[in-house]
Amino acid sequence: MTETLLIYVFIPLVKIAVIVLILSGAIAYLTLLERKVIAHIQVRLGPMRVGWHGLLQPIADGLKFLLKEDIVPSKSDALIFTLAPMISLVPAFVVFAVVPFGSPETFEGPLRWILSWFLEAGSVETVVQNPIASGGFITDINIAILFVLSVSSVGILGVILGGWASNSKYPLLGALRSSAQMVSYEVALGFSIIGVLLVAGSLSLVEIVQSQQESGLWYVFVQPVAFILFFICGMAETNRLPFDLAEAETELVGGFHTEYSGFRFSLFFLAEYANMISVSAVAVTLFLGGWLRPFPNVEWLSFLDIIPSVLWFLIKVFMILYVFIWIRGTLPRFRFDQLMKYGWKIFLPVALGNVIVSAGVLLQLL
Amino acid sequence: MEQATVLDTKVLEVNMGPQHPSTHGVLRVKLKLDGERVVDAECVIGYLHRGVEKISENRSYINGVPYYDRTDYIAAVSNVYGYLLGVEKMMGIEVPERARHIRIMMTEFNRIASHLLWLATHAIDIGAMTVFLYCFREREEILKLFESLFGARLTTHAFRVAGLWKDLPAGFEQAVRDFINEFPHRVDEYEQLLTNNRIWLDRTQGIGVISGEEAIDWGLSGPVLRGSGVDYDVRKARPYGGYEEFKFDVPLGKNGDTYDRYVIRIEEMRQSCRIIQQVIDGLPDGPVRGKAPRTLKPPVGEYFSCIEGPRGELGYYIVSDGSVQPFRVRIRPPTFMSLQVLRRLVKGHLMADVIAIIGTLDIVLGEIDR
Repeated sequence: MTETLLIYVFIPLVKIAVIVLILSGAIAYLTLLERKVIAHIQVRLGPMRVGWHGLLQPIADGLKFLLKEDIVPSKSDALIFTLAPMISLVPAFVVFAVVPFGSPETFEGPLRWILSWFLEAGSVETVVQNPIASGGFITDINIAILFVLSVSSVGILGVILGGWASNSKYPLLGALRSSAQMVSYEVALGFSIIGVLLVAGSLSLVEIVQSQQESGLWYVFVQPVAFILFFICGMAETNRLPFDLAEAETELVGGFHTEYSGFRFSLFFLAEYANMISVSAVAVTLFLGGWLRPFPNVEWLSFLDIIPSVLWFLIKVFMILYVFIWIRGTLPRFRFDQLMKYGWKIFLPVALGNVIVSAGVLLQLL
Repeated sequence: MEQATVLDTKVLEVNMGPQHPSTHGVLRVKLKLDGERVVDAECVIGYLHRGVEKISENRSYINGVPYYDRTDYIAAVSNVYGYLLGVEKMMGIEVPERARHIRIMMTEFNRIASHLLWLATHAIDIGAMTVFLYCFREREEILKLFESLFGARLTTHAFRVAGLWKDLPAGFEQAVRDFINEFPHRVDEYEQLLTNNRIWLDRTQGIGVISGEEAIDWGLSGPVLRGSGVDYDVRKARPYGGYEEFKFDVPLGKNGDTYDRYVIRIEEMRQSCRIIQQVIDGLPDGPVRGKAPRTLKPPVGEYFSCIEGPRGELGYYIVSDGSVQPFRVRIRPPTFMSLQVLRRLVKGHLMADVIAIIGTLDIVLGEIDR
C-alpha cells in the first residue's frame, strides 16, 4: 500500500512541483536569453542594468507586470477575456506531463538513498524498480504523442478567444489569422510525426527514445524531412517570427493581445515562451534522441555517459531554442496568404509523401 | 443588386494610424477591408502641419532657412540645399568651388542617411528587425560627421548663402574616407540578409506595381519613378551645383514593384558613395564662402529651383516682390505626390502589403504636411 501511494501519488507530485518551478524559471530566463542573443546578433548589448549583465531583468519585468493596472475593456466579454490567457498558458505546461527528460533510471540512486531511511529494503526496491517513480518523466502513457498534439492545439484556442473577446478590430484580425494558421499547420505537423511513429512503432514518447537507443540512430538521421517539417510547423505553432502573423506588431499593432495589459498580457507572453520550450522538448524527444548521448551505441564514446541523461536533454533543448531565437533575428515575416500557401501546397504534400515513402521503405525492410 | 450569400459578409473599416507603429509618423489611413483584402484606403494627412510656407513669408530670406530643415527632417541637408540654390540663383551669387563640392558631398551623405532610415523602417515593417539596427549603426556615423561639420545631427541648418558656415574641421576628410571604405561592405551585409531572401522576395515582388507611364501621370519622382523604369534624375536631367563634374549611374527598375524600388535605393547608396569618393579625392582648395550682401533683396520675379532629394524631385518656387521677405515660397515635396498614389497601389492587396507599400513610398509626414 505504502509503495503504491509512493509510486503513483507522492513521488509524481514532488516531480510535478519541481518541474513547474523549474519550467517557470526557465521561461523567465528564456526571455532574457532571447533578448541577449538577439541583441548580440544586432551588435548591441541588451539588458545590462538590472543585475550583472541583466541577470535579474526577468524578475524586474515580472514585478513590473504585476504592478501594472489590470484593464478589462468595457465592451469586451469579461469572462472569456480573463480566461483566454490562462487557456493559452496552461497547455504549454501540461505537455511536460508526458515528455521524458531523463532515462527511466534517472533517479534510481538518489531515490534509493532517500527511501532507505524510511522503508525496509524489499519495498525500497519495489518503488525504485518502477519507472514511474524513478524515471525522468512524470508519466509514460501509451498515447503520449496524441496527448501532446491535442493539448498543444488547445493553447491556440486561448489566442483565438482572447482576440475575439477583446471586441476590437485589430485583435479580431489577429485571432482570425491564428485560427487559419493553426488549421493549416497542425495537419502537416501531425503527418511529420507519423514518419517517426512508423519507424519507432510506438506512440509512447519514452518508447520512441528507447527505440532510438536500440537502433543506435537518432531519428533526425532516419527522418530528416520529417524533422525539418516538424521544426517549421512547430515554429508556426508557437507564433514565432517568421510566423508571428497573429501578433505582427507592425501590421496589427500586437494582434490578439492589443487590448491586453499588465499581468494578463504577460501570461500570453509567457505562454509563447512556454510553447517554445515544449515544442523544443518534443522535437528533441522525437528526433534528437531525448536523453540519449550522441551515437548511443558506439562503445568508445561511452565516456560521454559521465554527463547525466537529464543534462543531455537540456543541452539539446537549449540548442533548438537557440535556433528559434537565431531565426527570429534573421528572417522577415511571411504574409498571411503565403503562409497558407506554404502550409497547404508545400508542407502538407511533402509530409504526406514522407509518410508514404517511409511506409514503403519499411515494408521492404521488414 | 448585391447577391445575398449564406454567410453575410460586411466590409470592415479599420483605422490605421495616426498612432500606428508603421505609418511612419502621423499618417492616418482609413482602410476598408474585406477579410484581409483592401477594398479602399483613404489617407488623412495634416497632423503635422506647421505652416512652414506661411511662416517663411514673414521671415527674411536668410531667416527662413532653418524652417526648411524641419519640413523633411530626415533629409534636412538636401532641403536647405534646394532652397539656397534658388535664392542664390535669384541674387546671382557665385559660390566658390570648394563650397560647391562640399555641399554635394554632404547632400550625398544625407541621401545615404535617408536611404538607411528608409531601409531600416521598411525592413522592420516587414519583420526583419536586425536590418533595422544595422542601418542605424551606419546612420550614426553619418550623423557624427554632420555634427562635426554643422554642429547638429538632425536639423542641421547645413549651408549658408554663398557657401558654408565654416571649412571642414580637422580630421574630417579622414573620417569620410574611413566611412566610404567601409560602407560598401556594410551594404553587402544588408543585401545578404534581404536581397535573395525567399520571404523578402515573396513580400516585395509584385507588390504595389505601377507602370512608368502611370507613374509620370501621378507626378511621381525619385526612386519610386525610376523603379518603374523611367530614366529621370534631376542630377542628370538638369544638373545643378556642379553635379555634371561627377560620374555616377542612375539605377533603373523594370517591374515598378516594391522589390525594384528596394534594389534601386540600395544601388543609389553605392552611387552616392562613389560621388563622395570623387569629391573627396579632388577637393579643391580655396574659400568656402563667397561674397553676398548682408540683406538679400532679390529682384521682382518668380524663380523655381529643384534638386534630386533622397525621395525625389524637391522643388522650391519662390516669388519675390523685391522686399527682404519672399512674397511666397511654395515647396514641391516629392512624397506628397507619392502618398497620393497609395490608394491606387493598395487596392486589392492584403493588409500586410499596405505597410510594405507605405514603406516603399518612403514618405515623411513632416514634408507632406509642412
